[in-house]
Amino acid sequence: MSQPTGPAPQGHAHTQPAPPPEAMPPEEMEVTLTLNGGRRTLHVAPWTSLLDALRLHLDLTGTKKGCDHGQCGACTVLVDGRRINSCLTLAVMMEGRSVTTIEGLASGDTLHPLQEAFVEHDAFQCGYCTPGQICSAVGMLEEGHARTDDDIRELMSGNLCRCGAYPNIVAAIRQVMDGQSKDGGKP
Amino acid sequence: MRAFSYHRPDSVDAALRGVSGQSGTTTEAAVKFVAGGTNLLDLMKADVMRPERLVDISRLGLDRIEETESGGLRLGALARNSDTAYDERVQARYPMLSKAILAGASAQLRNMATNGGNLLQRTRCYYFYDTGTPCNKREPGTGCGALTGVNRIHAILGASDHCIATHPSDMCVALAALEAVVRVSGPKGERTIPFAEFHRLPGDTPHIDSTLAADELITAIDLPVEGFAKHSTYLKVRDRASYAFALVSVAAALEMDGQTIRTARLALGGVAHKPWRDPAAEAELAGKPASLENFREAARVLLRDAKGHSHNAFKIGLAERAIVRALAEAAGVEHP
Repeated sequence: MSQPTGPAPQGHAHTQPAPPPEAMPPEEMEVTLTLNGGRRTLHVAPWTSLLDALRLHLDLTGTKKGCDHGQCGACTVLVDGRRINSCLTLAVMMEGRSVTTIEGLASGDTLHPLQEAFVEHDAFQCGYCTPGQICSAVGMLEEGHARTDDDIRELMSGNLCRCGAYPNIVAAIRQVMDGQSKDGGKP
Repeated sequence: MRAFSYHRPDSVDAALRGVSGQSGTTTEAAVKFVAGGTNLLDLMKADVMRPERLVDISRLGLDRIEETESGGLRLGALARNSDTAYDERVQARYPMLSKAILAGASAQLRNMATNGGNLLQRTRCYYFYDTGTPCNKREPGTGCGALTGVNRIHAILGASDHCIATHPSDMCVALAALEAVVRVSGPKGERTIPFAEFHRLPGDTPHIDSTLAADELITAIDLPVEGFAKHSTYLKVRDRASYAFALVSVAAALEMDGQTIRTARLALGGVAHKPWRDPAAEAELAGKPASLENFREAARVLLRDAKGHSHNAFKIGLAERAIVRALAEAAGVEHP
């Protein structure tokens, strides 16, 4: 993981190029974004992922680092309302954007309907993938393309659950989806 | 990830100035554009790509989907894959393209990935990703780890002794079948690249993926009027039902006159260094009745020079069956 400043330590440290001083990349850039409804300014290196910025700079550790390569979905957050993989996004690219993480879904002590449904359906075991699953499901319901359980499975395929809680995850999402269509509204 | 500098220009001209003076193709460039970042940042984490500077083009506009003067559709280079796939005009007039895009990656990645970036994504060959192994694509002259290694996902057509990697895109397979045109801006102004000429075969320079120059920017992808909406499909065969790269995929599009095929388009993914089209196989179908036997014959023509390696020879038979099934689905012919 990247440190707040300086090049990220890697296994290839001995092959790190030494850029000439005039070409030295900036160690920090200023980024101002809306985070879970509040305006935040942070200073990060250009190579800091949004995921690392959330976890290491902003102390929002609800968003999880699984594979760090866009393959597992544990890092899913919403940017301007759309679900994305925060591990494959640079924090500096978030200037002016609105980022919502799992910490921003509840209203005070009232859980988001999907959080309620995940609890009700026991839609997790170890819980590591859960923040990503829930953020992804929020995005999926907003997109509005799912009609059937198979649609849910297909459109949630970017979120892996190694405990295999998939049947209950689908049931939890299904419940909220059905509730929406009955109410005609969104949570 | 290695250190790099970051710049966010506010116009296409400023973005082009950011990469001006670079020679060669975009694959080798030290200054690279970033938009969705889904492939580039991953490759930078793996230390496979090592740009010194990223030029963020994600706010340049270029994200609209508009009618062209000739009655086709222009897909902005920075339109997201998901917005393109769910666009009503794309779904109605180019359903094969919509289906192909939605067969690729995950919903999150499609929300990030742009149309231009989809064209420029790099191979998923294991050896290309693993900096501890030889790879002529990553480090020219070091050899090919896949040739005698684990090559189950590799090419059966158009490969060379230097590289047997495949192009991973689904979207590009449909674009090849549609004969899309890539619009590009560079220091000398605009130019267009026919889709078949955008990607290249590996030959003895597999480190070069495309014909896009290092100082050029993709601005749009133009779809011709003919979208084959009535008789087309995209069939993807993979190791799991979702969120996996194609072992073999087929974009099949037909113009029919009753039960007779007037013209046929066939493009294959997962089998070559670029979306694979074969004029001889398409000509084989023209004027023939839509039948399983004729589809099989076209598949045999397309695969006549296919060459398997130690783990991927199964792809030849798989490709034949996939072609027959895709053509049958496109033509509305019952198939086993």
